[in-house]
Amino acid sequence: MVHYTNTRLDASFAALSDVTRRGVLEQLGRSEFSITDLAAKFDMTLTGMKKHVDVLEYAGLVTTEKIGRVRTCKLGPRRLEEEVAWIGKYRELWAARFDELDKVVGELQRKERTNARKKGR
Amino acid sequence: MKNITTVEKKSDREVIVTRTFNAPARVVFEAWTRPELMQRWWVPKSMNMSLLSCEMDVRVGGKYRFVFGEGMEFFGRYTEVVPNSRIVWTNDEGGEEAASITTVTFEEKDGKTLLVMSELYPSKEALDASGGAADATHETFTQLDELLVELGGSAEGEDVGC
Repeated sequence: MVHYTNTRLDASFAALSDVTRRGVLEQLGRSEFSITDLAAKFDMTLTGMKKHVDVLEYAGLVTTEKIGRVRTCKLGPRRLEEEVAWIGKYRELWAARFDELDKVVGELQRKERTNARKKGR
Repeated sequence: MKNITTVEKKSDREVIVTRTFNAPARVVFEAWTRPELMQRWWVPKSMNMSLLSCEMDVRVGGKYRFVFGEGMEFFGRYTEVVPNSRIVWTNDEGGEEAASITTVTFEEKDGKTLLVMSELYPSKEALDASGGAADATHETFTQLDELLVELGGSAEGEDVGC
């Protein structure tokens, strides 16, 4: 089996599993902040906050921009709800098609077996 | 029991759909390459669209065209065809900026076939906009059950003309 782990959606949910990161998103919903600002707000080390921001950035939920020595964070382009809705609709279409394809495939197989039996005689 | 259809976004412009079928690859491949079979499952009744004609010339460079009522059509060209294993085609109806590439692979194991389909769009915007076709299925999805019963009842029927 092929497994597509580590997708963007997985990354989004992983990013949201942490209370600090959810808090960071809430803050960034109000304004842009530097990593230093965020570290201070959440009473964390700069390194600790940088790790959280990296996770959020990897998931596409946050973008950062370095101007001089300051890295500014803002909300990323991805909206999780839209993402889930899009995939849901897309899956619905394909699940419907493939359930029908099952019928066609089953029918082809039955025909094949019937023909094989006829040849065997 | 139905097998599960999974959909995942591999990136902002690529979607991957996977599904296992309880049949050898050559059987599943056949259902993707013969128009009279393809049209039976490509347009679920729940989409509420009627297919007026479908032409498929399944070979490298060959064209396909599905025409629906109200002037809607899907068309493009096959760019790779490997029997029982792989088909690649372009989707050209949206114009150059929206043209996506569909890759379908058939991987047989123990008499079952793992189908992996990728749809690669030229941009994130093109992918987001493509949700339109799926919209049609949303509200009329319950009609699917009806169709399955109907198809089940007409099993073993000969090929239906396009």
